[in-house]
Amino acid sequence: MSVDLSQFIPSFLEESFEGLELMESSLLNLEQGDDETINSIFRAAHSIKGGAGTFGFNHVTEFTHLVETLLDEMRDGRRNIDPDDVELLLESVDCMRLLIEAIRDESECNSEKIAENSRLLRQTLASSGSVISEVVTINVDELATENNNDMTTWQIKFIPEHHLVQTGNDPLLLFNALADLGEITVVANAKELPALNDIDAEELYLSWCLTLRSNASEDDIKEVFEWVEDECELILIKEENVKLSKISVDVSSAEGVSDESTLSELCVSSSKIATNTPEPSQKNNVDKPAGKSKNDLGSIRVGVDKVDSLINLVGELVITQSMLSELGNDFDLSKVERLNAGLEQLLQNTKELQESVMRIRMLPISFAFNRFPRLVHDLSKKTGKEIELILKGEQTELDKTVMEQIGDPLVHLVRNAVDHGIESAQVRLANGKPEKGTIILDAYHQGGSIVIEISDDGGGIDRQAVFNKALEKGLVDESTTLTDSQVFDLIFEPGFSTAKELSDISGRGVGMDVVKQNIQSLGGRIQVESEQGKGSTFRVNLPLTLAILDGQLVRVGREVYIIPLITIVESLQPQKTLINRVSGDMLLYRLREDNVPVIPIYQLFNIPCEFEHIERCLLVVVEADGQKIGLMVDDLLAQQQVVIKSLNDNYQQVEGVSGATILGDGSVAMILDVPGIITMALSKAQSNQQNQSHVTPSISAGVIS
Amino acid sequence: MDIQMLADEVPVEGEYSLEGIDFITSGEQYLTFLLADEQYAVDILCVEEIRSWENPTRIPNSPGYIKGVINMRGIIVPIVDLRMKFNIGEANYCETTVVIVLTVETENKTRTIGFVVDAVSDVLNVEVNEIKPAPAFGGCVPQNYLDGLVNVGENVVTLLNVNTLQEIEKHQLI
Repeated sequence: MSVDLSQFIPSFLEESFEGLELMESSLLNLEQGDDETINSIFRAAHSIKGGAGTFGFNHVTEFTHLVETLLDEMRDGRRNIDPDDVELLLESVDCMRLLIEAIRDESECNSEKIAENSRLLRQTLASSGSVISEVVTINVDELATENNNDMTTWQIKFIPEHHLVQTGNDPLLLFNALADLGEITVVANAKELPALNDIDAEELYLSWCLTLRSNASEDDIKEVFEWVEDECELILIKEENVKLSKISVDVSSAEGVSDESTLSELCVSSSKIATNTPEPSQKNNVDKPAGKSKNDLGSIRVGVDKVDSLINLVGELVITQSMLSELGNDFDLSKVERLNAGLEQLLQNTKELQESVMRIRMLPISFAFNRFPRLVHDLSKKTGKEIELILKGEQTELDKTVMEQIGDPLVHLVRNAVDHGIESAQVRLANGKPEKGTIILDAYHQGGSIVIEISDDGGGIDRQAVFNKALEKGLVDESTTLTDSQVFDLIFEPGFSTAKELSDISGRGVGMDVVKQNIQSLGGRIQVESEQGKGSTFRVNLPLTLAILDGQLVRVGREVYIIPLITIVESLQPQKTLINRVSGDMLLYRLREDNVPVIPIYQLFNIPCEFEHIERCLLVVVEADGQKIGLMVDDLLAQQQVVIKSLNDNYQQVEGVSGATILGDGSVAMILDVPGIITMALSKAQSNQQNQSHVTPSISAGVIS
Repeated sequence: MDIQMLADEVPVEGEYSLEGIDFITSGEQYLTFLLADEQYAVDILCVEEIRSWENPTRIPNSPGYIKGVINMRGIIVPIVDLRMKFNIGEANYCETTVVIVLTVETENKTRTIGFVVDAVSDVLNVEVNEIKPAPAFGGCVPQNYLDGLVNVGENVVTLLNVNTLQEIEKHQLI
């Protein structure tokens, strides 16, 4: 039986990355004597090692083996859990990630770092904590060499659980492997075999008694059964056991100071009967989706409940469809009532189906959050500040695509909070704050969007410093008066940093503008609140999904456009008295206190329209980047949810349009890109001014001549 | 029943012959169409479908030869009027006006674009050695759009390059 193993490599990679994530987060939470946590870390490392071994990734196996040995010592209580070791393990996890990423990308990884790390691991292992284990290893080795001289007879009782073959294990392969170790006789026990009618072809009813004459050690034999040890009862009996007991005496004397747990463990492992009871299956990471890297095609793990609800809905949809088609077979006016009811039902079904499908793409935000404990841990070490990170609302769900793209901006904001936000311990104490700084990451739903807050209790933003810097850069005038939020928005300008000294964490002034751009490209926005001395809060507002948008359909001439509902402030019928014409050709509309510039869509897009006068059309006031503008349209049509389709796929990006969608009648409508329209209008205004400035000199020249 | 008999009844691959239809030919196949009186052709393997003319949705501030976009089974497909692009004949829309939708795969992406032509005429089998280079002078169609010329009876058919066609909006006519 030969199986092409390479097809399983992607799932191995996925599981390994999950395992690494689990190890990382558990290591951060590791406390003294916390057996459950250290067990779960050990298990994760062990399954990575096993998987890597199967696929022949030997360097991963070797490296992971070192990690596993260290963990094993901690697990058995032979080694105390001290912060330095945890640090080393965290770095090892990074190395393992590098190794596995190298496998995924089929590239070479940074072998220096890994060599350095494994050297450290060996050094730690060799240090005092593991003396006992060294002794044991030596003795076991001796045992093996001694056994080389004379063959041992092993009685192996192998009682697999019924579902063994369903997990892809084949007893025959195991026996073949055993036969490689020495002479083997196999006796099958078919007592449990049910009557032919009751047999389930996928179950295994047999058990075996094997006699192995071999010079192999117990570990060698156990290794053969390594993959099935959870799913069978395995009893190993050695017929000749005189030497073994001698060894165990050797060990305990070599130990000197005897450590209770070690000794008992040792005795168990070297006693003549080793019983392997199935470990309770604690692989509770089954429904945990994997963290994805960018060049990954990506897969989603979906809860069965979500799939089930989809199937139910599709079932209902089919029923509605058959009802409607039956109704259509011989339709007359008396059935209009039923038709309406059917259509209503269809609407309901489609809506629910749409919601469920969208829900499949939704993941809890903890996937974006779970990298931060490590990040803050590392950063606080680097900066020497003590920081506590509090995560809230981790179960808030967010579209997968949005989640993937929000990760980097969030990292940047958290780095900023650590580096600029939280003050050093002395300053904090001097200001009467607790020595330990706090950063809170919070996520919650608000209307149709998700809000992510990053707040710190640090020094806050120095308003004056920001203002001075802006003056220096020529962004503002001495005379301008700005509100707080306007001042704070300045930090999102390119090349803006008020950090007094650069650090390698942040402060180079590249970043905040990129953060803002990234968030805007997702259709979101970012706000800052800050109070000097108390701390600052960055609030990121994101749409729940990128695929569907609530839109207001508007008509301009014969074209239908869609304005994203989220950008609309209000729609109104302009009053003649409130329209002002300023600076030549610009229209302003007085909206209560504000003067809103009016942009006629027909002019911007060069299309014929019905009403060219502002008094006769409708004004949709939209807001983007804190700027309000009025869009002149002929008519307001329905409000509906639209599915966003890219124009990029078959054409190219169009200025002022963020995409297209298909309306109920099958026609295509363009979705307006409000920030884009504002930039368009601005550049149009600028080019007008330039044209004028070109014209003016020639006139004056004419006058002079 | 005799198993051998059953086996004999199952047709072996290649046994069917479709007489009268020249499915299997050597060389390349091209779809020919008319722009005014001139005959043009594109590689038939790129033709996704042939549609009748329908009014597309305009794209704001696009050049005149890009008529807009249509919805083809959920895909947004831009429509290019080849007559306007190449400046051949009148761009009027009547019953025979059709749209040839081409799907062209390039290294990094697949693009689907519809081209408005006056009429679709025929499928043409062309041997590679029959293709003659297009003369490098005159004509409204830029040289990089041409793959060559083929003589069919007394007429000349111009073969168009689908790869340049799919980037049509990037090339400005001089």
